[in-house]
Amino acid sequence: MTSEFAGFASLAPAYPEMLLAVGALALLMIGVFVRFEASRLVTILAVGLLAVAGAMILISSEGTIFSGGFINDGFARFMKTLIIAGSVFALILTFSTAADKGLNKFEYPVLVILATLGMMMMVSANDLMSLYVGLELQSLSLYVVAAFRRDSGKATEAGLKYFVLGALSSGMLLYGASLVYGFTGHTQLDRIAEAVALGERNVGVIFGLVFLLAGIAFKISAVPFHMWTPDVYEGAPTPVTAFFASAPKVAAIALLIRVVFDAFEPIARDWQQVVIFLSIASMVLASFAAIGQNNLKRLLAYSSIGHVGFALVGLSAGSLTGVEGVAIYMAVYLTMTVGTFACVLALKNENGYVQTIEDLAGLSRNRPFVAGMLAMFMFSLVGLPPLAGFFAKWYVFLAAVEAQLFVLAVIGMLASAVSAFYYLRVIKVMYFDEPTQGYAVPAIELRVVIALTGFLVLSYYFTVGAPLAEYAHNAAGSLF
Amino acid sequence: MTPVIGLGHFLTVAAILFTIGVFGIFLNRKNIIVILMSVELILLAVNINFVAFSNHLGDLVGQVFALLILTVAAAEAAIGLAILVIFFRNRGSIAVDDVNMMKG
Repeated sequence: MTSEFAGFASLAPAYPEMLLAVGALALLMIGVFVRFEASRLVTILAVGLLAVAGAMILISSEGTIFSGGFINDGFARFMKTLIIAGSVFALILTFSTAADKGLNKFEYPVLVILATLGMMMMVSANDLMSLYVGLELQSLSLYVVAAFRRDSGKATEAGLKYFVLGALSSGMLLYGASLVYGFTGHTQLDRIAEAVALGERNVGVIFGLVFLLAGIAFKISAVPFHMWTPDVYEGAPTPVTAFFASAPKVAAIALLIRVVFDAFEPIARDWQQVVIFLSIASMVLASFAAIGQNNLKRLLAYSSIGHVGFALVGLSAGSLTGVEGVAIYMAVYLTMTVGTFACVLALKNENGYVQTIEDLAGLSRNRPFVAGMLAMFMFSLVGLPPLAGFFAKWYVFLAAVEAQLFVLAVIGMLASAVSAFYYLRVIKVMYFDEPTQGYAVPAIELRVVIALTGFLVLSYYFTVGAPLAEYAHNAAGSLF
Repeated sequence: MTPVIGLGHFLTVAAILFTIGVFGIFLNRKNIIVILMSVELILLAVNINFVAFSNHLGDLVGQVFALLILTVAAAEAAIGLAILVIFFRNRGSIAVDDVNMMKG
């Protein structure tokens, strides 16, 4: 029997994933055997492990391994870097808040690493099988993390809702995968593309494609598959919500891009219609539904739904500029989300953490730094120049206009204007309402995270903007 | 002439099972365990699809995929039941109508 295995060196493109897999098991052992402050030690080690994996991604070699099941290219490296950054920040946000939020058990960082590993597999998947396994590794870890606070009714309800809808979406995705396999005869994405390009329009493949897209739309929480998002974001502990809103979104969007461009490029017209519909529905519904929200985390949930809609505007274009726009959008979205959640976690007093928008009343007098930064993140989420959010929106709308999707671009602009209402309401409450309660001085690492993300958002045009655009351009280029 | 059971029959059965599973999740108002069973039904429908296609195409990949799905489905059921147990400890009920602390 012959084997394709040509030694350890041939697995070089997957070294970062292998490091995380082995590292997660090692951390589990450390957590079990260290008696004193295991959770803190494991969290610090997990941040270090993720940082090493991130450095390895930057220098990792490109290529396709595991008989075409795993691909590491420029696009995968870009998205994996974002995912690692999101996970690292999510772990840093738990340093001072873990005890209050019931996350001070060493299993939490281990689960975050396993979820990150699943996300990296998703981004690198080049076969429906590795795609499914990566997606499930991520999802199963996230279900547990959502319900991590066992004694809280809300957190367990959030975990349950996430589980039921997540399992349903996996089922739909798989049903789509089975149809695609049946009607093309392949599970490898590039072979599917070849089969789709050769044959004439096949209803079975279209059917499978729609089911696949519906399953992925659940994971990126695009309307009409968004209903779990506000409940899960509200119920889960805030550091977990920060994690949910950052890295998994990036991974699922990257997965969507990979599937539609690698496997279904020849029938772009068909999936573009679906993506345009998801995009418009997400932008419009999120803008209007968020207006009535009073809970800060629910507001941010609707905000993230809307931002997925904006990212999909770029994907609708189906062009290189479009993918480049989505890549930039996800990088900026990640930064803004991490910063916003760091601000939310920084506001704590003897009554607990900030929950509703009213709790922010008069914050500018009590905590001017946090209030100023939160206001800036809100302006950036609206998309006002010269902040990063403006440039992110500019790139995706540019791609839509280049692809002659004028109606989509106009609807996007209008939805963006409507969304300004609820973002500005937060700022109005912070700056013009009378203070009702004071807040304690935030922990040092929270202030560092806020300052760092705030600096990136504020100085985007002068510092990271140009290199990021070039990096995203190269990443998008590897798909075409 | 004896009737032949072909690919179409298997796909029809799988499609019916899949539909029953989806409806079981959305129409069921009583018990969350029924939702877990519906999820399993969906995954089994997918497996029937894969094995039928695999046999029809003469390609083993579909059966490998079906085995992977079986494995992951077991892990999924374990996690689902674990979440259900802690939910029951907090609420003392597993009725679908009682999953209502948050509304949106």
